[in-house]
Amino acid sequence: MLILECPNCGVMADETELSAGGEAHLKRFGPGSSDEEFEGYLFHRANPKGVHFERWRHANGCGKWFHAARCTNTLEVFATYTAQTSTVPDTVIAAIKAKRPDWSHET
Amino acid sequence: MSTRLASGGRLIDRHTTRTFTFNGKRLSGHDGDTLASALLANGQTLMGRSFKYHRPRGVVASGAEEPNALMGIGEGGRFEPNQRATTTEIFDGLTAKTQNHWPSLDFDVGAVNAMVPRLLPAGFYYKTFMFPRPFWKHVFEPVIRKSAGLGAAPKDRDADRYEHFYAHVDLLVAGGGIAGLQAALRAGQAGLRVLLVEQTAHWGGRAPVDGVEIGGKPAEEWINDTLQALEGMENVCIRTRSMASGVYDHGYALVYERLTDHAPEMGGPRHRLWRVRAGQIITATGAIERPLSFAGNDIPGVMLASALRDYVVNWGISPGDRTVIVTNNDDAYRTALVLHEAGLAVPAIVDARPSATGDLPQAAREAGIRVLTGTGIAEVKGRKSVTGVVLCAQAGEGAATDEIACEAVAMSGGWSPVVHLWSHCGGKLIWDAERSHFRPDAARAPTGHDGKPFVITAGAASGAETAGDVLADAKTAAGAAADALGRSLPDLDAAGTNDPHEEPMAPVWIMPQGAGPAKRMKMWLDYQNDVKVSDVRLAAQEGYESVEHTKRYTTLGMATDQGKLSNINGLATLAGALNAEIPAVGTTTFRPPYTPISMGAIAGEARDATFQPLRRTPIHDYHEDQGAYMEPVGHWRRPYTYPKTGESHAESVHREVLATRNSLGLLDASTLGKILVKGPDAGKFLDMLYTNMMSTLKPGKCRYGLMCNENGFLMDDGVVARLDEDTFLVHTTSGGAEHTHAHMEDWLQCEWWDWKVHTVNITEQFAQIAVVGPNARKLLEKMGGDMDLSAEALPFMGWAEGRIGGFDARVFRISFSGELSYEIAIPASQGRAFWDAALEAGGTWDITPYGTEALHIMRAEKGFIMIGDETDGTVIPQDLGLNWAISKKKEDYMGKRAQARSHMTDPTRWKLVGLETTDGSTLPDGAYCIAAGTNANNQRNVQGRVTSTYHSPTLGRGIAMGLVLNGPDRMGDIVEFNKVDGGTVAAKIVDPVFFDKDGEKQNV
Amino acid sequence: MFEVSALNGAVADGPTRVEEAGLQGMVTLKGDLGSAKMKAALKAVGPGLPDRRQIVEKGDRAVAWMARDEVLILCPHAEANAVVTELEAALAGEHFLAVNVSDARAMLRVTGPGAREALAKLAPVDLHPESFRAGEMRRTRLAQVPAAIWLSETDEISVIAFRSVAKYVFDILALSADDSGRVGYFG
Repeated sequence: MLILECPNCGVMADETELSAGGEAHLKRFGPGSSDEEFEGYLFHRANPKGVHFERWRHANGCGKWFHAARCTNTLEVFATYTAQTSTVPDTVIAAIKAKRPDWSHET
Repeated sequence: MSTRLASGGRLIDRHTTRTFTFNGKRLSGHDGDTLASALLANGQTLMGRSFKYHRPRGVVASGAEEPNALMGIGEGGRFEPNQRATTTEIFDGLTAKTQNHWPSLDFDVGAVNAMVPRLLPAGFYYKTFMFPRPFWKHVFEPVIRKSAGLGAAPKDRDADRYEHFYAHVDLLVAGGGIAGLQAALRAGQAGLRVLLVEQTAHWGGRAPVDGVEIGGKPAEEWINDTLQALEGMENVCIRTRSMASGVYDHGYALVYERLTDHAPEMGGPRHRLWRVRAGQIITATGAIERPLSFAGNDIPGVMLASALRDYVVNWGISPGDRTVIVTNNDDAYRTALVLHEAGLAVPAIVDARPSATGDLPQAAREAGIRVLTGTGIAEVKGRKSVTGVVLCAQAGEGAATDEIACEAVAMSGGWSPVVHLWSHCGGKLIWDAERSHFRPDAARAPTGHDGKPFVITAGAASGAETAGDVLADAKTAAGAAADALGRSLPDLDAAGTNDPHEEPMAPVWIMPQGAGPAKRMKMWLDYQNDVKVSDVRLAAQEGYESVEHTKRYTTLGMATDQGKLSNINGLATLAGALNAEIPAVGTTTFRPPYTPISMGAIAGEARDATFQPLRRTPIHDYHEDQGAYMEPVGHWRRPYTYPKTGESHAESVHREVLATRNSLGLLDASTLGKILVKGPDAGKFLDMLYTNMMSTLKPGKCRYGLMCNENGFLMDDGVVARLDEDTFLVHTTSGGAEHTHAHMEDWLQCEWWDWKVHTVNITEQFAQIAVVGPNARKLLEKMGGDMDLSAEALPFMGWAEGRIGGFDARVFRISFSGELSYEIAIPASQGRAFWDAALEAGGTWDITPYGTEALHIMRAEKGFIMIGDETDGTVIPQDLGLNWAISKKKEDYMGKRAQARSHMTDPTRWKLVGLETTDGSTLPDGAYCIAAGTNANNQRNVQGRVTSTYHSPTLGRGIAMGLVLNGPDRMGDIVEFNKVDGGTVAAKIVDPVFFDKDGEKQNV
Repeated sequence: MFEVSALNGAVADGPTRVEEAGLQGMVTLKGDLGSAKMKAALKAVGPGLPDRRQIVEKGDRAVAWMARDEVLILCPHAEANAVVTELEAALAGEHFLAVNVSDARAMLRVTGPGAREALAKLAPVDLHPESFRAGEMRRTRLAQVPAAIWLSETDEISVIAFRSVAKYVFDILALSADDSGRVGYFG
């Protein structure tokens, strides 16, 4: 039962106030994209054991989406941050590296 | 035989008498008695039968770890199986029944299993009942189920109520012994918000029984002083009868509070499940004594030494005139001293160690008690109760050296910290060779959202043994918790204690150490699951080297026991059989709850009328008052039909359809989703959401649209009305509003956040009432108001705003029935009044309220698709012949790319057609259209399926829609559908529009 | 009058009382909360823009922060449409959305010594007096439905939920507020 801080309204939200939205920072592929690109967009997910970037919505709360950087193994939350970005902010990467020096961000 | 002593019993009030029944027999006890202590006081040592062999079993423990004395408590709506007699407090009128035997506790036919334990070794069921396969379901399983299993499930509805409670604390302290009290006191003094919970009704744990002195005073005084201090702190909440049952991610913990189990007359909720979010958790859960593995260690009268001590000191029980103590440590000598003090005989203390030189053995000898070192028990005598023990050399194979008559045996194999809560969320353990137990490894604690440890153990749960060490450890734990929370504790010394010097215990995993197979078959490791030393050795022999596999193969430590008594002895036995070290074998996983919690507590308020939220439209009460038959649509309840007296549902649906088609019908369509979409980019946004073009819609007009997901599959449909240049009103399916609104917000917030669009779900702002039928316009004109509802002023697919009668109305000329139809949105607060006014004014035309079934039939007659009928998450608009609603001009829309995938453009995808049975009957829903030949599984090949099927009152025959291979190219073909009875029915492929193909009825 | 609230003023009486508050005007306003026009508009229709997660009250009007781009304006039921009109005039030229949602919601009040506890049985929120104070607008869930709650005075908590589930919310509040289930946790 996680708690995540909603960066939009500042609430330390119980998981039961949230709904999960899967992997973050997917690039949308639309008409004109190759089969491989579209397959990757629709179906391929990183599913790492370790640092993961996720989408969450404060559904029973302010209703806004946000992103979380979280370890899927220890459940440590490195940061929650705005959903209005297509890349991981540098501050978030720095926050992860501070805790996991060996980790590197693959894009 | 056990009995009540003439004096003593610190927890009972001898001035009170409480009467209860045990297997129908009336017995009595005192306030403060548990069911187990009261039964012992009444000489009832036999308390149950074992799970597999139906062996007679007595109480072994005095608390939550009790494996044997599980009973059915209460009756009717308050019956609950598998309740521990040791944790059940008695009250007037309590009824208890033993389980797991037939026909009676004293005489159990199933005990024949025990005569032939060779026939029921580990894995017996897996090995024996495999063939022939059909026998499993019809022969083996019913017989096994009848003879095995714990208590019976309750049959009546639970008569009590339950609730949850969310508490957010700095510190949760689990366990109200001296460690928990000490930790809570220190944390309370530091100003932390503390919740201290104790599973029993009493504070202080073992210390008062063990004769501990703190600060020169009996432990009981220190406990009372500490409680008084805690009660005076506003930042501290303390609860008895509250068990911390589980520790979960990010500092979440469950506490199970039993409010009225001990006093059902109190009223109020029976159990309360505390859903705690704690910054730090201190587990001061104590330790559990281990049994010793000797032959006959399960015969009633054999108890843990500490439990036997508890019964004497806490409840004034004599376990029998003569008690033999068997031990591998000094602590058990306390039991001998307590018995001696109570005037009961201890014929011998059998100590497996070569010597016993600690303060307690010395005291025992000084009391005149015989101490036999290097000695073990070769065998316990007796069947339903202990009659004596045969002694032997611990080092040998069990040759008798002596025999002692006795009624009870107090055993101690050392102590294991209760590590369950520590382990639930990933805390790791370390093997302590000196004390032969696993204890929490503080360096590998469970970690929380910040990656830092959030569980700290205190006292015996850390592995501390003496009271002095326990208090010191608890003090350290409180300090560590305060540090972690960024608070500081004033440095105070822990009070001094009077601990005697204790010599180390010696590991004894089997007694005697050279015991042969015959003895090993009578050494029980797990009483509850009937697992013996021989079973674990057999498992090892058969290749189950992993402790987790052995657990499942033998059932060691499974179910409600969760390894409380059996764990270490079982691991040690496995390690011995594998010639491995215990830490190398490892331990099984401890899972929550620590002891079982009630289903009611888990459900909380979610039962009966509040089981789930039922959504009600503003007109709901009318439907109920009319006796409408309601059906669930999402969480909504909608009228399916409004049967009149004597009418079947089919008849009333028939009547509703014809009345609407011929004159005037009224539908509560309030559940229809309504989402306001506004902004300069609203048109562009809706063009992405819908397959067709919405940005070209003119204000004042409506357009039907299809919504797909990125996979290309249909997810919703509905009518969009453009309110003004910037604003659209999106109608969704009933029950689809929340999902569709969330879908919109997802894309607006996470993908196109620079688009200027706002959305608001205004579904419930309006009652939406459909006035349908040839007389619809006449009704609205009769109701009056300021609107021109003529065909010229408000044509089909237009909308207008104004007043109808006295009501604020937005009127949409849309039709899901093919009739002249006005869908009228009225503010919800006026909805019921409008409905009533329409009914009254419509009397002239025999206005008929109709339900969802009539709605479905009329839409099917018109060939309109229904999301959820024609679609199932695998259907694309192209399958439904809806190409007209897919824009060719748009570069992109949600699902467009997906619909270009090869599988989506495959010409062999099944396509929508109408179906008419040749005999006029109604096709079965979901029936498959049969093709020639069979598939690899010898099933008939199929070429389509029915998606909607009804009897059409309008046409007087069955009509259906379905998806059929090459369907649209096969108009007029006859195809076969299977029926439920195994037969088939022939149907002709036709156009899906069955009625008024040219739309003459709606365009008037 | 033919206008009725979701539960028409239902009451569950006791030391801690649950009542449906009757017709209550509510207007949802979405837009750029940082803009000068927005601040002025909210001053014009009520007590002005609240801080994040706050509700400010002034007479029979109040404004609650609902999300970073959304506020809820409370007003007498009959005035809600006028408030929308007023906002539309004041915010002309801005990108915003103002809509009357009075009838889409139900408002309930829990009053009495067990008010906090009653809510704490249903919402995963820290309602301790040190944490949850008057003036905070907390959107959360009550058991299985979303809701917004705020504390007006010591013993009075207001609840806004969707109209269709008003009965469910009333029922679970009445159960939770029943005096036989007092917890005694908040002192």
